[in-house]
Amino acid sequence: MAYLTHLISEAQADFANSATMNDLEVAKAKYLGKTGLLTDALKGLGKLSNEERPAAGAAINVVKQGVEAALTARREAILNAEQAKQLAQESIDVTLPARTQPQGGLHPVTLTLRRVEELFHSIGFEVATGPEIETDFYNFTALNIPEDHPARAMHDTFYIDEANVLRTHTSPVQIRYMENALKTNKTPPLKIIAPGRVYRVDSDATHSPMFHQVEGLWVDEDISFANLKGVVQDFLQKFFERDDLTVRFRPSFFPFTEPSAEMDMSWNGGWLEIGGCGMVHPEVFKHVNLDSEKYRGFAFGLGVERLTMLRYGVNDLRHFFNNDLRFLSQFK
Amino acid sequence: MQFSENWLRSLVNTELDSQALSHALTMAGLEVEEMQPVAAAFSKVVVAKILSAEKHPDADRLQVCKVDVGLAEPLQIVCGAANARAGLLAPCAMVGAELPGISIKQAKVRGIESFGMMCSSKELGISAEATGLLELDSNAVVGQSIREHLDLDDNLLTLKLTPNRSDCLSITGIARDVAAITGAETRFEAIVAVPAMVTASKNVIVTEQAVCPRYCGRLISGVNAKANTPDWMVKRIERSGLRSISALVDVTNYVLLELGQPMHAFDASKLNGDITVRFASANESLSLLNDQTVQLKTDDLVIADASGAVALAGIMGGKPTSVDDATTEIFLESAFFTPSVMAGKARRLGLSTDSSYRFERGVDFGNARNALEYATKLILQICGGQAGEVTEIVGSLPVRQPVKLRIARLVSVLGIAFEEAKVAQLLTQLGFQFAKVDGIFTVTPPSYRFDISIEEDLIEEIARLHGYDHIPATAPVANLLMLPAPEARLHQNKLRDSLVAVGYQEVVNYSFVDESWERDLLGNATPIKLQNPIASNLSVMRTSLWGGLLDTLTYNLNRKQDRAFLFEIGAVYFKQANSFIETARVSGLAYGSAKPEQWAANSDDVDFFDIKAHVDRLVGAKVTYEKAEHNALHPGQTSRILLDGKAIGWLGKLHPKWQQQYSLTKASYLFELDLEAITSHPIPTYQEVSKLLPIRRDLAVVLDENIAVGEVLNSIKKADIPLIIDVALFDLYQGQGVAENKKSLALSVLMHDTQKTLTDSDADTTITILLELLQNKFAATLRN
Repeated sequence: MAYLTHLISEAQADFANSATMNDLEVAKAKYLGKTGLLTDALKGLGKLSNEERPAAGAAINVVKQGVEAALTARREAILNAEQAKQLAQESIDVTLPARTQPQGGLHPVTLTLRRVEELFHSIGFEVATGPEIETDFYNFTALNIPEDHPARAMHDTFYIDEANVLRTHTSPVQIRYMENALKTNKTPPLKIIAPGRVYRVDSDATHSPMFHQVEGLWVDEDISFANLKGVVQDFLQKFFERDDLTVRFRPSFFPFTEPSAEMDMSWNGGWLEIGGCGMVHPEVFKHVNLDSEKYRGFAFGLGVERLTMLRYGVNDLRHFFNNDLRFLSQFK
Repeated sequence: MQFSENWLRSLVNTELDSQALSHALTMAGLEVEEMQPVAAAFSKVVVAKILSAEKHPDADRLQVCKVDVGLAEPLQIVCGAANARAGLLAPCAMVGAELPGISIKQAKVRGIESFGMMCSSKELGISAEATGLLELDSNAVVGQSIREHLDLDDNLLTLKLTPNRSDCLSITGIARDVAAITGAETRFEAIVAVPAMVTASKNVIVTEQAVCPRYCGRLISGVNAKANTPDWMVKRIERSGLRSISALVDVTNYVLLELGQPMHAFDASKLNGDITVRFASANESLSLLNDQTVQLKTDDLVIADASGAVALAGIMGGKPTSVDDATTEIFLESAFFTPSVMAGKARRLGLSTDSSYRFERGVDFGNARNALEYATKLILQICGGQAGEVTEIVGSLPVRQPVKLRIARLVSVLGIAFEEAKVAQLLTQLGFQFAKVDGIFTVTPPSYRFDISIEEDLIEEIARLHGYDHIPATAPVANLLMLPAPEARLHQNKLRDSLVAVGYQEVVNYSFVDESWERDLLGNATPIKLQNPIASNLSVMRTSLWGGLLDTLTYNLNRKQDRAFLFEIGAVYFKQANSFIETARVSGLAYGSAKPEQWAANSDDVDFFDIKAHVDRLVGAKVTYEKAEHNALHPGQTSRILLDGKAIGWLGKLHPKWQQQYSLTKASYLFELDLEAITSHPIPTYQEVSKLLPIRRDLAVVLDENIAVGEVLNSIKKADIPLIIDVALFDLYQGQGVAENKKSLALSVLMHDTQKTLTDSDADTTITILLELLQNKFAATLRN
């Protein structure tokens, strides 16, 4: 049966010449098909004697295995080649720009308010809100600014009618919050910040008729002016992420705080005014029926646009309300 | 309040230099807003006299002057000023002088040697503009330094005073505070009464003693109203920002500035009979010094004579009784009007004067007589004349109630330790009288302080003098308690983030808007109006955020943007009966292509269903939509948004007529939702997860084209058919194969049972129930 061994190399050559799976099937038929050479050889075994048959059968099988191995090898080779071709066809320019999912953005004032809320939240301040159309009483009188008091001239007020104004500061929220707290039997400590829009009749490069303030209030049995300074300084250091930042208080006057101070912050070698503050005036506590002998508190008001300008280097207040997308889209 | 630093220094002996003084004032609550030198820095400029002025041989506009500068020989100086003439005294910068931007050297001007420069006030940095040489008074001494002659080594300080510190509305008051802050000594001149030289006096009747508890007046006769005000006084007045008017007026202004006491001089010959301090009567009017005639109200306090009101008390004198050049006899008034009677009066009349400004805030009621004596002395000095008797009517002056200051309270409010001795020292520096018993000070504030009535006021004074800078920043010590964190409440920030994630940019628009937006877009004829808007297009309070969004859109389209997805969260304002209602809204606008133009996606314009998806992101599956109409929106593409049957917002396409009006080339889509309604958010509750697989059946039904799909889907949901867990629309078809006026809905129906595997027959039964529902309710038929 040695005459059959050459079939392995012949088959290998035939298979190698088959470029496609179809060609390979045709070539396979020549050896392993119903009338293939090896099939015939196996059929021929019947004619052999019982003694010859096992050896001849084994020999044919060896050849057949050889042919089959060649076939499998070639099959894999063709498949690999075809797959490689397919993959090559599927190749893309990975440097093309991505399919854009449009991404919007937040107003920079919102970014600041979020940070402010987050920082104060971390030491237990809740957020309180109040109306923007405010009564004369809450905006002024309850804050110890009686009618015709010269301090009213410090506020260029928008009037709706005789009894109602657009709030000139977020301080009325203090009053509303304390009133409500006491009504619902909540007692000090009271710790809130009140962010929101405020309004003044003033419009130029450095004043906007509408802007944002954050009011802060902490009422407790043992809270001091030194604590006020501590909290404000802590806030500014964390907000600007600068440990070297210090706060400077200057005596000032607000009818609803006593002592009162202007807050300055160290900045690039100088001082910048960033808001007003002070110890809650006993008259204010009287308006909400809190015992000013037992409790004291501090309050402060920060200009949100000011903080935002310093934080992000914005140099013109008017940007905030022009809403130019080329400006706004910078704050992702 | 503006004043001359040198004037202040003449009243208080401080060693601080200008910068340090300014800093000390600021840190004590008297904020120095501005400090400006009276003149620029310069040297070697002296008083010079032009001896002769000849025309320059080679230049029409130049003169060759011989100038005496106090040296042995006159200097030759070429000068171009038109007012250069022989005999003129003017500043001369000598060779070697350094002026702002110029160094003076010996030079040839058109061939003629010049040894210096004659100067204008501009060249010396005294004023911003000048024409010609600065002409000096005839008493100027040739050769004297001009800085010395004009007292130019001085600064103008401007204080930004808070309303509580009326005591510092005078040089004396500021000097007093400088002394308190620094411990320096004041050098106030003792005011000596000027004895009457003649017996003349004016009878004064104060009918309103409660509001005018002190009135002092005196006649001075034989005055020369045309006398010149001395230079030193003019300089101080002008450096305080006032104009020199006439000697008599200047003296009253000078005393006002130095002592803080407003005064008024009447021409006595024009007064008729007694002086009365009373409230104006009805229909009374007064012609004022500023030529304005005011109609008085019965709560306006006036000074009157027998013929009627002659001055608006504490605000302004009347024109007919005012002093002029011909005046020879004056009646000089120095009074105290209470802040309460002055409050708001000047503002009501649109007149804020130096006098009313002080009276409103509080004038030292202990000093009216002194001021009168001081003014008398100055008038006699300058204008001559004979002083008459002083008439002084005193009622019950304000009483300064003693205020207690407890050391313990001081320490606990400020948060720093204080020694009694230190407190005593600071109170003494302030000039406050006090007694001390057991750590409690009882302090009587002086008559010039109107801002010390409670303990906290004293605490502030102590803190102010101690220095706010010396109070440390101390972290509070407090009980630690966590804050509530209501999970069922959706924070606004989540809504913001949700819109940002699909491409919206947040904007912040003004809360006041153009009235036309309210009227046109929102059909609101009666918005809340501002009485004093900043501009006519910002005059009413908005009831929707859409106007602002459209305005922002236009602004950006004008700046070459071609797509914009904008949102705002903010309040809208309504009037209801006698109260105002504010509601927070979230509102959005989408314009242009749904996605930015790019190679890998089409650039279809945004449509209703894009923006509806954005609304769905905000509201979840909680709401229903129904067709509706809105003034701003396209009548066929408007939806009201309902939550539990309550309208909470709108969604739709901007009406083409507004699109045209706003000159928008493409359609805009708008939504607006009540924020409160969408911030509640259910806390998830676990539902059992089936181990068994769901079955899906698809069916197509045909129904009338006018039936709203939303209604169909809602009905199915409401029917709560057993086994059905979801029904979704996956195709909507009209056209061939479907009858006219009909539409075909392709629905996928998902069914499952947590307990058993569903059989086909279970599914068939369920689908039959569903079909029956659709047939009964919507006359739907199964599409074959």
